Amino acid sequence: MQTPQQLLSLSPVDLIIIAVYFAMVLGIGLYLKRFTKTGEDFFLAGRDMSAWIAGLSFVAANLGSLELMGWAASAYQYGILATHWYWIGAIPAMLFLGIVMMPFYYISKTHSVPGYLKLRFGEPARALSAISFGLMTVLMSGINMYSMALVMRIILGWDINFSIWVSSVTVAAYVFLGGLLSAIFNEVLQFFLIWLGAIVISILGLIEAGGWHGMVERIHRNFPGQDYTHMWSGLGSFTTNPMGIHWTGIVLGLGFVISFGYWTTDFLVVQRVLSAKDLRSAKMAPILGAAFKMCVPFIVILPGLLALAVLPEKLVGESQVNTNAHTYNEVLPLMLARYCGPGLLGLGITALIAGFMSGMAGNVSAFATVWTYDIYRALIRKDASDAHYVSMGRWCTVLGVLVSIGTAYFVMQFQSIMDYVQALFSFFIAPLFGTVILGMLWKRATGPAGFWGLLAGTGSSIAMFVWVQMDHSALRYIAFSTNARDMAENMYRALWSWIICVVVTVAVSLATRPKPDSELVGLVYGATEIPSEAGVPLIHRPIFWAVVVSLVFVILNIIFW
Amino acid sequence: MHGTGFLSIWFFIGVLLTIYGVLITATGVYELVSPPAHPPVLAELHASLWWGLVLLIIGLVYFIKFYPKKSNSGK
Repeated sequence: MQTPQQLLSLSPVDLIIIAVYFAMVLGIGLYLKRFTKTGEDFFLAGRDMSAWIAGLSFVAANLGSLELMGWAASAYQYGILATHWYWIGAIPAMLFLGIVMMPFYYISKTHSVPGYLKLRFGEPARALSAISFGLMTVLMSGINMYSMALVMRIILGWDINFSIWVSSVTVAAYVFLGGLLSAIFNEVLQFFLIWLGAIVISILGLIEAGGWHGMVERIHRNFPGQDYTHMWSGLGSFTTNPMGIHWTGIVLGLGFVISFGYWTTDFLVVQRVLSAKDLRSAKMAPILGAAFKMCVPFIVILPGLLALAVLPEKLVGESQVNTNAHTYNEVLPLMLARYCGPGLLGLGITALIAGFMSGMAGNVSAFATVWTYDIYRALIRKDASDAHYVSMGRWCTVLGVLVSIGTAYFVMQFQSIMDYVQALFSFFIAPLFGTVILGMLWKRATGPAGFWGLLAGTGSSIAMFVWVQMDHSALRYIAFSTNARDMAENMYRALWSWIICVVVTVAVSLATRPKPDSELVGLVYGATEIPSEAGVPLIHRPIFWAVVVSLVFVILNIIFW
Repeated sequence: MHGTGFLSIWFFIGVLLTIYGVLITATGVYELVSPPAHPPVLAELHASLWWGLVLLIIGLVYFIKFYPKKSNSGK
């Protein structure tokens, strides 16, 4: 039966496909439980993963609900500009993580990013970053959960409570059973499903539109005078592109601070790479992840562009919605309904559910690790057995999911919080990048400087946000233009908070006593011996593949300039 | 992992894609014989049939290549 607001209805074969998926992810969790006995197994998958698995998991953990539905909607709204979040907003940072930063994370044998801050700057910096990361993670997890439930209600008419509880209990079960190992296994599986379920839309859409050139012609015909198909040529001014952003915001705010902050210091993704079996695999994993990340626009952005070309109706924003119009956020389900009959529809819906669950599992497993190692063990109980901490990690998974469910219901009451997700991200991640990068590359940075720099960056970011909320004209100081939209404001605020963090860290470092070199071994450039790759054939060297990925990245940007 | 190997993730992927391949191919064949009353756009291309076969082939390749053997340890 189809309710009036429901976009699709599933056949028995679609339901079987979804049920098989749930059975498989739970079965994997159950099977892997016997292999996760120690803390190293549960929190870092035994540090035994190949570069391929760590790399795929690295990308899949990022493919959450906001990613799949949100960026397809953004592609419809802003055109191909949305691709910047996949290319310049990801690739350089992922390569930098693999080549420059991974040796320090890996050689220091840390369990987490806050754990690295403890080794490098001391307990106060670790406590601050662990608490802010924990807060951000459960909030993001709850928002992901709510987004998924909302999508399932719009697409299939499912009850919002049913979707939240079934999906979250499933994720809690398989992470509880198998820890990070189970999360990684399922993320790789989910990555395949997302691709195989979503690429059909792009293939059939291109056939209908008459290939890429046919699609571009149709978009120009449907939306005369608007540029939806160029990535850089409209970024010379705030007013000549649909996003209202200048290229400096994209390059410095997104491409440098936001992107480097997220991909190199957000423990949700870094944890996957720390599970690699050796340093070479740990360096290769983000490089392989970058290669896959570069392809994701073909299943997320392309359907949004194709919708501009082939959908007979025009979609509208949430604020303009009326009884007859569909919103930008419904673009992916609308394209799914357009091309997919029974079977393929079930596969497409399973791809969406897989995306939501991989994002949720990423948040929950990272939260369990940071809570157990960086809050519980550091501040509450220092001398318990390894088995005790594993048990704490398991139950913390359940606790994290319950808190996330609470957050999901909280978001339901205050829907405008969805708009603040990017803002929250800039509060915590952008300054953290300043602290970590100085810690890794500058021996002179001191413990107190790490703490005060991080605190100043986070505090100033929140203060700038509040300032613009109270006085919109403040945008001309923060984003250099009152025409800047929310997304542009986030980019510039992130850049400022990073600069403030770096300036404070440098100033406090110069005023305080540095650590001796002997205490910085394995943590800082210049005090750490990086294993040489001189005897390794070129084709097996991470730097070679980083150069290959960089070249493809440059060529793609030129093609879609 | 304590010297104990576990089944490869690629094996699980093979099992799942094989099941999906069978289900979607069978649906495609059924639609070929009995076309639906409200077909999607481009239904004449029979996407269920060929995409189901693609899934089935990929699934079988992974299933056979990574089928558990006594010495198999899979990462």
